[in-house]
Amino acid sequence: MRRLLLALLFAPLAALAQPAISVDYERFRLDNGLDVILHRDASVPTVTVNTWYHVGSGREQPGRTGFAHLFEHLMFEGSGHVPEGAIDTWLEEAGGGANGSTTRDRTNYTTDAAANGLELALYLDADRMASLLDAMSPESVDGQRDVVKNERRQSYENRPYGMAFSVLGQTLYPPGHPYHWPTIGAMEDLTAASYQDVVDFFRTYYTPNNASLVVAGDIDLEQTRQWVEAWYGAIPRGPEPPLQPIATPTLERERRLVLEDAVQLPRLYLAWHSPARFAPADAAMEALAGVLAGGKNRRLYKRLVYDLEIAQDVSAFQSGDLHSGEFYVIATARPGVDLDEIEAVIAEEIARLQAEAPDGRELQRVVNGVEAGFLDALETIDGFAGKADQLNSYLFFTGTPDYFEEDLARFRALAPRDLSDAALTFLTDARVALSIVPEGAAALALDCSETAVPLF
Amino acid sequence: MRALLLALLLAGPAVAQPAAPNWDTRPALAEAPAFAPPLPAGHSLSNGLPVLFVQKPGVPLAQINLLVKTGSVDDGDLDGLADFAADMMDEGAGEYSALDLADAVDFLGISLGTGAGLHSLSVQLHAPLSKLDEGLALMADVALRPTFPEADLERVRTSRITALEQRRDEPRAVAGVALAQALYGDDHPYGRLGLGEPATVTAISRADLVAFHERVLRPGNAALVVVGAVDWAGLQPKLEAAFGAAAWPAAEAVPGVTVPDAPQVGPRSVTLIDKPGAAQSVVRIGRIGAARSTPDYYALEVLNTILGGSFTSRLNQNLRERNGYAYGARSTFEYRPAAGPFIAYADVQTDVTAPALAEFFNEFEAIAEDVPSSELAKARDYLALSFPEPFATVSGTAAMVGSLWLYGLPPDTYAEYTTGVQAVTASDLARVAHEYVDPERVDVIVVGDRAAIEADVRALDLGPVTTLTIADVLGPAAE
Repeated sequence: MRRLLLALLFAPLAALAQPAISVDYERFRLDNGLDVILHRDASVPTVTVNTWYHVGSGREQPGRTGFAHLFEHLMFEGSGHVPEGAIDTWLEEAGGGANGSTTRDRTNYTTDAAANGLELALYLDADRMASLLDAMSPESVDGQRDVVKNERRQSYENRPYGMAFSVLGQTLYPPGHPYHWPTIGAMEDLTAASYQDVVDFFRTYYTPNNASLVVAGDIDLEQTRQWVEAWYGAIPRGPEPPLQPIATPTLERERRLVLEDAVQLPRLYLAWHSPARFAPADAAMEALAGVLAGGKNRRLYKRLVYDLEIAQDVSAFQSGDLHSGEFYVIATARPGVDLDEIEAVIAEEIARLQAEAPDGRELQRVVNGVEAGFLDALETIDGFAGKADQLNSYLFFTGTPDYFEEDLARFRALAPRDLSDAALTFLTDARVALSIVPEGAAALALDCSETAVPLF
Repeated sequence: MRALLLALLLAGPAVAQPAAPNWDTRPALAEAPAFAPPLPAGHSLSNGLPVLFVQKPGVPLAQINLLVKTGSVDDGDLDGLADFAADMMDEGAGEYSALDLADAVDFLGISLGTGAGLHSLSVQLHAPLSKLDEGLALMADVALRPTFPEADLERVRTSRITALEQRRDEPRAVAGVALAQALYGDDHPYGRLGLGEPATVTAISRADLVAFHERVLRPGNAALVVVGAVDWAGLQPKLEAAFGAAAWPAAEAVPGVTVPDAPQVGPRSVTLIDKPGAAQSVVRIGRIGAARSTPDYYALEVLNTILGGSFTSRLNQNLRERNGYAYGARSTFEYRPAAGPFIAYADVQTDVTAPALAEFFNEFEAIAEDVPSSELAKARDYLALSFPEPFATVSGTAAMVGSLWLYGLPPDTYAEYTTGVQAVTASDLARVAHEYVDPERVDVIVVGDRAAIEADVRALDLGPVTTLTIADVLGPAAE
């Protein structure tokens, strides 16, 4: 696959002298539609099998939120030829382990082992794809239902500010939009999930033609290819996943919400709709986040934390998903500081960037940081941050597994003006402003905020 | 819209469908792969500063860690001093103001961090090779020439005190403070976590920070760990220029505190800390464990893997998989120069707090009985075969190499790891289980909704129950 080499569209002040970032891979597709990518990296004697199913919480139905993630848990509870618990036991005997994660758009599974456990890892992962339902029972669903509810308690209810993103999502996206609810789901929906739901979901989405497989590490390419063909090749193709027409979400106006929580410090969340992952201006928004926050002399940090000392911390980030994205600015106030005071400074700084492009060095700082981060991404193969998962991610979002250089080129091609244009386009008055304040301190919230009612 | 945007052109031809494999027999493991952990080359600079060097081909990155053998245990009355000093070292150094330094680091795309541990202070540079020279110069400024500017110091002080107040929001942080207190008490350096308290952080002066830096940053008290795709001949002059005698005159270490082993905790007791309305109870069960130098190190590694060190460990299988009480349950031995804690822990659903506690003790009892040979073999193989993992990255390699130096262990220690783990027998396991996991001599900490859980916890009759508020643990909240 040829890499597209983009000429540098603007002369950087000090471009890093780095060779092109590229990951060699071999790609083929099985008759049943499974897309397979192999990558050899023998720096340590370990292997990883990284499988993406192209389904996430965005495919759930109202009343069954949290289901894709609950299903993810069930993928470790045994399959046709693997007794309950054996996947973990057998992988630990091989110095490895298994994990998975669920987003709005996809569910990924990482099956890791020392190099001598490669065929075992492939067998375990393939057996789930082939025959999960042979081992599934209402009891296994019940067991993981309790575990997932405790995962939710640990990450949401029992964490300070833990309900923020659930409230932001339900407000940014209308009911019926697949990003309206959090991936963890509502407690009552987790209770309602049934064994029949599991059967239907597996048959609809957990098919070789709705998945992609990356095998990476200390592997022999030819042998690995033979094993992949042997273990995955006979799994029957499934139906094509149903089409999912999704209207682009918009906000009519600003929504101001307040939530009281058991916290010491007030915190302000500002959220806007923004480009989807890899859509035009996605990189500009990511760079904009970097110019605003993420270091001592980034604009918001310098004003709020360094100069004025009215905030304990401030962060900004662009989070692009498949269908749309969100841009967040989050600032934690110092004790007793009114969030209106924080918001006024943020508004000033955004207006300044909209009116005048950042200087070249400000942008270059961010781009250089992104560039250095790409090298870090090449060091490991496994887990959710390694090359295997990155290859699968690029394939899913762009159709090109080795998209490293193209991804980086998006940032190298940015001109300062692009950041101002993106700020003008996306950072409008139509946004969600959520104030989370200590119990009884609603006065510290943005003026005219309505009480938030978490739906999930 | 299709969820998948696949290119239609595939890189390879379609593959013929193979014969169906035999699913009834799982693939056997091939012979364990050979792995030789890197053995650092030992060098030293003109001022005697030891350099532990590992040439790691591959990604063009370098990790350079300056390690100092003094940390929070030397804080004395100025609790929080080492951590505060480390925090300040990149707030202005050499010719750079705090903002200029941040700008320079940002612009290079490097990361330059400072930190303190109980027994160490570190300055860590992570850089693309193309930025190594500039990165080293900045690193030397931060390590050797921090300026501790007054205005920045006050800003950081306020920030640190605010962060200490924020611990009230975090039941895990509250539990951590309470457990260290319960296990080690006020008179032992391990009774504190190194962050200090609002009062001590308020009391620390600029002169204290400067004096601390002067006292501990000496070549005789430090070492450089260098890992990267570089050769020694090219690197040596650069290290010499940044950290050699011209920049950093030779000086012997000033002796610090020798941390004694703490006495084992008394009969089992429970401390219940109220967090009204909490959806989960944060459970921490601890006792005094072992030092890194213990001859039982490999046996304890295997023991803990079985008890709570991996996904299939008994605590996790019991509390998560079998009972659904928690998202996960684990245990750990924190090996330090002196005996660190053994801690078993989980965040459990509020209404099953008592039965969850009971299961912890069931597992403590059971681990002292015979462990099936298959379970022992699994734990040994898991440790031995997963051992190479941290060596995939320059930062992981540097951390592994550096910890041996900090603990005063020989640099070839890792060469014995696999053999040491595989040699652990069932009788070794039984012996260390009895000695190190005594369920009668533990401190139990629970941070949760007292109104919902107290009666059930008392009914377990684990031992005397003390009830506290978060303010009892962290001090009264700031006005």
